[in-house]
Amino acid sequence: MLQLKGIYKTFNAGTVNEKRAIDNLNLTLEDGDFVTIIGGNGAGKSTTLNLIAGVYPVDAGMIHLNGYDLTNLPEHKRARFLGRVFQDPMMGTAATMGIEENLALAYRRGQKRGLGSGITNEERELYREKLATLGLGLENRMTSKVGLLSGGQRQALTLLMATLRKPDLLLLDEHTAALDPKTADKVLQITEEIVARDNLTTLMVTHNMKNAIQYGNRLIMMDAGRVVVDIRGEEKKNLTVRDLLEKFNIESDRMLLSE
Amino acid sequence: MSFFSGLLSALPGAVAQGLIWGLMAIGVFITFKVLDLADLTVDGTMATGGAVCIVMMTHGANVWVAMLCAFLAGMLAGLITGILHTCMGIPAILAGILTQLALFSINLRIMDKKANVAINPDNYKLLVSLRNVKKVTIENPIFVAAVFTIVVIALLYWFFGTALGCSIRATGANPNMSRAQGINVDFVKVLGLMLSNGLVALASALYCQYQGFADVNAGRGAIVIGLAAVIIGEVLFSRIFRNFAMRLLGVSLGAVVYYLVIQVVLNLGLNTNDLKLISAFVVAIFLAVPYWKGKYFRGAAKSAAKTDAKEVK
Repeated sequence: MLQLKGIYKTFNAGTVNEKRAIDNLNLTLEDGDFVTIIGGNGAGKSTTLNLIAGVYPVDAGMIHLNGYDLTNLPEHKRARFLGRVFQDPMMGTAATMGIEENLALAYRRGQKRGLGSGITNEERELYREKLATLGLGLENRMTSKVGLLSGGQRQALTLLMATLRKPDLLLLDEHTAALDPKTADKVLQITEEIVARDNLTTLMVTHNMKNAIQYGNRLIMMDAGRVVVDIRGEEKKNLTVRDLLEKFNIESDRMLLSE
Repeated sequence: MSFFSGLLSALPGAVAQGLIWGLMAIGVFITFKVLDLADLTVDGTMATGGAVCIVMMTHGANVWVAMLCAFLAGMLAGLITGILHTCMGIPAILAGILTQLALFSINLRIMDKKANVAINPDNYKLLVSLRNVKKVTIENPIFVAAVFTIVVIALLYWFFGTALGCSIRATGANPNMSRAQGINVDFVKVLGLMLSNGLVALASALYCQYQGFADVNAGRGAIVIGLAAVIIGEVLFSRIFRNFAMRLLGVSLGAVVYYLVIQVVLNLGLNTNDLKLISAFVVAIFLAVPYWKGKYFRGAAKSAAKTDAKEVK
């Protein structure tokens, strides 16, 4: 269970560029929740994910995950609980290292990294199987440098890396926004398969309302650094884009969302 | 003829120097290529290692103990740069310059306020010495330096294959991803800087034995020679050497090529006082080669495009 309580975050405090990005955010996720987050630019979606991941500290409030207090842990120590996929396909993988080497790095998330081998032959078998589930043929290119892969392949690989060791929480920060529509659908489909298979608690930020409605069991909308809409269960299942637009009177100037 | 005979008699010395500096360049490779940091500490450590080694030996220490201490002193210098960079948020390049500057005073203290400490190969058991460079024995510095190079490359190859070594490579490749995968990026950077400077100090210890003295100015411009070796190695051997161990070997050979080029230039009659100028020139050229290649010499791609264009017509 993820609990965010009374979170505040202001950037550039005390300057003319001061921006309150998160304003008393409260959010609780039950185990197995797959939550999609929508909201306009600057609503605080990515900031929320970055605060959970520890990219920067909160100004006030607390973050608890499955009984652990993450609030003051540095980013690399929180990593053992979290799987993360970023918007930029370049960000989630090491381009100059091989596919199997990247997976081996992810396989050691939360483990001690000592003078043991960086990758073993049993692991290679495991990676081959896992890569085959993506259906992209990457299992035959295990030693290829990740820099040679396309954006979609990289995002699929990052997704695999994020879930290779089952994370307590999967954070997807617009992970299909940089992909063409067809590739984006493929990556989303893989996402859904993995989340369902491992019953992962997931937070997915998206700019696409259709995707936000189609995927997950709960939808939240953020505006000005707080949650303004929270739909779940039956209501979420029957939701349409039109409903969302009408019901919540989304001010079009602020909510630049694609249908 | 005198040019060639002169050059020929100078070649063994150039090769020996090149191999010793190759070890130093492998240290630079770790920070510059693996960690993606420009570390200028090495201009200091390239004097520190030798100072520690020579002073300890003249005080009666065994050569191996002295070399080990030189290695540790280098690691300490790397630790200082690492702390300045990670704990105090100083950009790596500046952190290195600060440590390098501080090391000048420290080197003088190590050498007891003398700018130069000599060691006589007759009275001490040195691993390498200039006077053996043309002898065909196992004491030949070329042989000793080659053995050192092979051992260092083998150890580094093993180390960068371990989980810890992989985390150093990952940090250099993508720090964001590394943090997301639970790697303590700051710790890993400090570790890399320590390893790199330890190696540089070890090379320094060898080099000072080879010359027969430690000098407080021995490190001036060391980073340039180190970078030259890394880049020459890459430019000349990157097509053949892809494996990590082979890339390290390429760096070592790069240093040898550098010293051979310098030797040829000197034999052509250039003044030794102009050596630094020549060094800077050689490095600038080799740095520019990959850039020019990409910009002006797209030979294969260009002709392929031309053929395609003709077919379209």
